[in-house]
Amino acid sequence: MPNYFTDNNDMQFNFNNLDLNEVVEIAEDNFEQAKEFNYAPTSYEDAIENYKKVLEIVGDIAGNFIAERAAAVDEEGAEYKDGEVFYAKGTEENLKQLAAADLRGMIFPRKYGGLNIPFSIYIMAIELISRADASLMNIFGLQDIGDTIMKFGNEEQRQEFLPGFCTGEYTGAMALTEPDAGSDLQAVKLHAYQDDKGQWYLKGVKRFITNGNGDVLLVLARSEPGTKDGRGLSMFACYGDKTVKVRRIENKLGIHGSPTCELQFNDTPAQLVGSRRFGLIKYVFDLMFRARMGVSAQALGISQAAYEEALKYAKDREQFGKSIYNIPVVANMLIDMRVMLEANRVLLYNVARIVDLKEKLEEKIAKLKEEGKPFGEENLRLKKLVKEANLLTPIAKYVLTEGANKITYDALQIHGGTGYMREFKVERLVRDARITNIYEGTSQLQVVAAIGGVMNDVLGELFDEKEKKEYTGGVATLVNHLIEIREIFRDCLKYVNEKKDPAFQDVASKELVELYSYIFIGYLLLDQAEKEPKKVFIANRYVLTSLANARKNAESIKDGLFNDILHTEKILA
Amino acid sequence: MYNSIVMVKQVPDTANISGKVMKDDGTVNRAKLPAIFNHEDKVALELALQIKEKYGGKVTAITMGPPRASEILRDCLYMGADEVYLISDRKFAGADTLATSFVLSEAIKKIGDYHFVFAGRQAIDGDTAQVGPQTAEKLKIPQITYTEEIKEVNTQKVIARKKIDGGYEVVECKLPVLLTVLKDIVEPRPFSSKRVMAFKNAKSLMDLEKLTEENSLLYIDDLVHEYEERGLLIKTLTMDDLELDPKRCGIKGSPTKVYKVESVVLAGSSQTKVEPTKAAMGELVDQLMTDHIFG
Repeated sequence: MPNYFTDNNDMQFNFNNLDLNEVVEIAEDNFEQAKEFNYAPTSYEDAIENYKKVLEIVGDIAGNFIAERAAAVDEEGAEYKDGEVFYAKGTEENLKQLAAADLRGMIFPRKYGGLNIPFSIYIMAIELISRADASLMNIFGLQDIGDTIMKFGNEEQRQEFLPGFCTGEYTGAMALTEPDAGSDLQAVKLHAYQDDKGQWYLKGVKRFITNGNGDVLLVLARSEPGTKDGRGLSMFACYGDKTVKVRRIENKLGIHGSPTCELQFNDTPAQLVGSRRFGLIKYVFDLMFRARMGVSAQALGISQAAYEEALKYAKDREQFGKSIYNIPVVANMLIDMRVMLEANRVLLYNVARIVDLKEKLEEKIAKLKEEGKPFGEENLRLKKLVKEANLLTPIAKYVLTEGANKITYDALQIHGGTGYMREFKVERLVRDARITNIYEGTSQLQVVAAIGGVMNDVLGELFDEKEKKEYTGGVATLVNHLIEIREIFRDCLKYVNEKKDPAFQDVASKELVELYSYIFIGYLLLDQAEKEPKKVFIANRYVLTSLANARKNAESIKDGLFNDILHTEKILA
Repeated sequence: MYNSIVMVKQVPDTANISGKVMKDDGTVNRAKLPAIFNHEDKVALELALQIKEKYGGKVTAITMGPPRASEILRDCLYMGADEVYLISDRKFAGADTLATSFVLSEAIKKIGDYHFVFAGRQAIDGDTAQVGPQTAEKLKIPQITYTEEIKEVNTQKVIARKKIDGGYEVVECKLPVLLTVLKDIVEPRPFSSKRVMAFKNAKSLMDLEKLTEENSLLYIDDLVHEYEERGLLIKTLTMDDLELDPKRCGIKGSPTKVYKVESVVLAGSSQTKVEPTKAAMGELVDQLMTDHIFG
C-alpha cells in the first residue's frame, strides 16, 4: 500500500517546514470561513492539518490506484474515433476517483464547491499525481483554466463554470497555440466577432491543444480586426460543444493518456473573459505563472518516479557477484540523482510559495481597495514579489524540466539494456519527461523570460543577506563557495554587458541564468541543512557540483566559445 | 428511501506483519500489528452508500471494539456515512461470535428504523464468517450471505446475486434483510477531502474522557456538549446504554474457549514424482485419501 505522500521523506520534510502563514490567513479571511463551512479550518495549525490530510488522500490514490493503471493508460492511450475523443479506461477511472475524493477543484473557493487549497499545496498534489501517471496531470492540472475565470471573469461566469470543475463534471483546456503561433503567441489569428446583440463567436483553428476535447475551453482569439500583435487579442470562455470540431489528435512520443487535439471553431458562441485586448498581455501572462509551475511539478513527479525505479533496480540487479548498487560508479549516479531531486524540490516549493503569496496579496489589495483602505505597504511588497515571480518561475521551469530529462536519462542508463525494453517502467518515464521542457514555453524561452531579472540582479539583496548570515551545522564553508559563484556570475555579467553584442548576449543568457540559479538553490539547501543533518550531504554535493559547473559556464562565456555565432552559415554549410 | 446499518470492524493488519507478532504463549500480540479497517466491511459500506445514492436514505455505521476503534468510524464518516456508533465497554472484552452478535443485534434494535444491515463476509483476524449470520438470526430477519451484487431493490424486497460453489444464485428476499458481502465486488470509494477536513476531529465519549484525564481544566459534560454542537460527537453505546445482561456479554457470554494455539510451519519434507498415467493418478488419489487430505 504505497502512499506517495507519506513514503517520500523529503516531501515530508519540506511539508513540515512550509511557512504558509500569510497565504493561509488571506485565503481564509482570518478563519472567518469556518463559520460558514464545516470543512474550513479554524486556525493555521488546523489548516496545515487539513492540507496534510488532503495530500495523504492524493498520495493514497496516486500510489495505490493511478500508478497501477499507468502502464495500461500508456499502452492504450487516448483515442480518436468518429470525431470524438475517448480517454483510456484507466484515465476515466482515475478522473472518477479524484472527483469522488473532491480533488478536481482543489484551488477554488468553497462557495463554488472547491477546497480553497493554497497553490503551494496544489503543486504538491500535481507532483504526486505525476509520479504515478504524468499524462493524468494534463487533465488534473488544468484546474488553472478555472483559475483564470476565477480571477478575471465576472461573478456570473464564476457561478456558471466553476462548480462543474469542482464536481468533476467539467475538464478544461486552454486553447492558445495555432499552426503559426507557437512560442510566438502574438501571431494568433483565430477570429472573434460579435453579432448585433453583442454575442461573441469564435472562428478558426487551434493546434496542439492539450485536452482540447475538454468541456470548457479558454480561447485566445483576435477580437480587434486589423491588429497584428498581442494587443489585439482577447480571452474567451466557451463550451466544447458541437461547433468545436476535434479534427485529429496527435500521435505522441509520451504522455499517451493526454489527448492533444487540433480544434476547429465553427462560429462557436463564447463569452469574453475580462477586458478586450488584455487576452495575451495580461491573462495569458498571469496564467503562465501557474501553468509553468504545474509543468515543473509534473517534471518533479516524473523525476521522483525515475529515481525510485533506478534505486530499486540497482539494489535488485546483481552483476560481478554483488548488487550494482554497491558499485561506486552506479552509487555516484544515484547520489547525483537524489541531490538533483531534492534541490529541484526545494526550488519548486519555494517558487510556488512566492507565486502563492503574490496572488494572495493581489486579492488582499483588491479587497482593501474596495473597502477604501490604504494598501501602500502591501503594494510595495507585491511589486517585489512580482519581480521575484517573474524571474523565478521560468528558472524553476528551466531547472526542473531539464532536470527531469537528466534524471530519467540516468535512470534508464542504470537499468542497462533492460531499461530500453517496454516491459520496464523507466522507458515510459523517459518519454513522458521529454515534453516537459518543451510545452508551456521551451527551455530556451524560459531563459529569455528569466534573463532580464538575472541581469537586473533581482535577488541581489537576498543574496547579500544570506552572505552576512552565520550558518551553523557544518555548512559555513559552503557559503564561501556560493560567494565565489556569485563573484563568477558578476564577472561574467560584466563581460557580457561590456561586449554590447545582442547575439552574444542571447547565447550567453543560458550560462548567466544557470549561474544565478546555483546561488539561489544553494542558499535554499543551506537553510534546509541547518534544520536537518542529512541535508548537509545534499547541500555539499549541490554546491560543489555547482561551483564546478559555474567555472564551466564562465569559461563558455569568456573564452570566446560563442564568438563563432557570427559564422553560423559557414559552419552549417 | 432505504436506511442501512453497516457493521464494521477494526482488525490487525495481517498482510503487513513486522516484528515479533506471536507471543511466547501462542497468542497474537496486537500491539505489534497496525490496526486497519477490515476490507470486506469497507466494501459493505460502499454498497450501502451506493443504495443511498440511488434511492435515498441514511447510512449508519456501527462497530464493537475498544475505544481505538473510533478510528475506523471516522473513516466511515470520511467515506460518507451519515451517522456512526461506537459500541464499547470493558465488559464486552473477550467476546466470541455469540456474544459479539448478541451485542451488535441489540445495538441494531436500539438504533432501529432500517431496511438493510450490511457486513463483510468475515474479518481477517478471526475468519469465522459467523457474526453476520448470527446477528441476522438474533434480529429474526432473513440473510443473504456471500453477496456479489444487488440487482434490484423495491419497497417489498431485494434481488441479489450470491456466490455459491462453482457458480452463483440469484435470490429474492423480503426487507429488512442482512447481507454479508464479498471483497472484490465493488471498489470502496476514496475518502472525500471535504469530509476528512470536516470530521477529522470527530471523537467518541471515550476519546473525550481521555482528554479530560489528561487535562484537569476540561469537563466531560462541556466537551460532550461542544462536540455534539459541532456535529463531531461519535455516539457511544455501552452495556448500560443497551441495558444488557452482563452474562451474555464479553468473555462471560462466550462459550468458545481457545484450547490450544499452535504455530504451524508448513514445509515440504520430500518430493514424489507422479507419472501422468491413469494408474499413477489412481495411486496418488488413494494415498491422499489415506492421509485424510481428500475425502
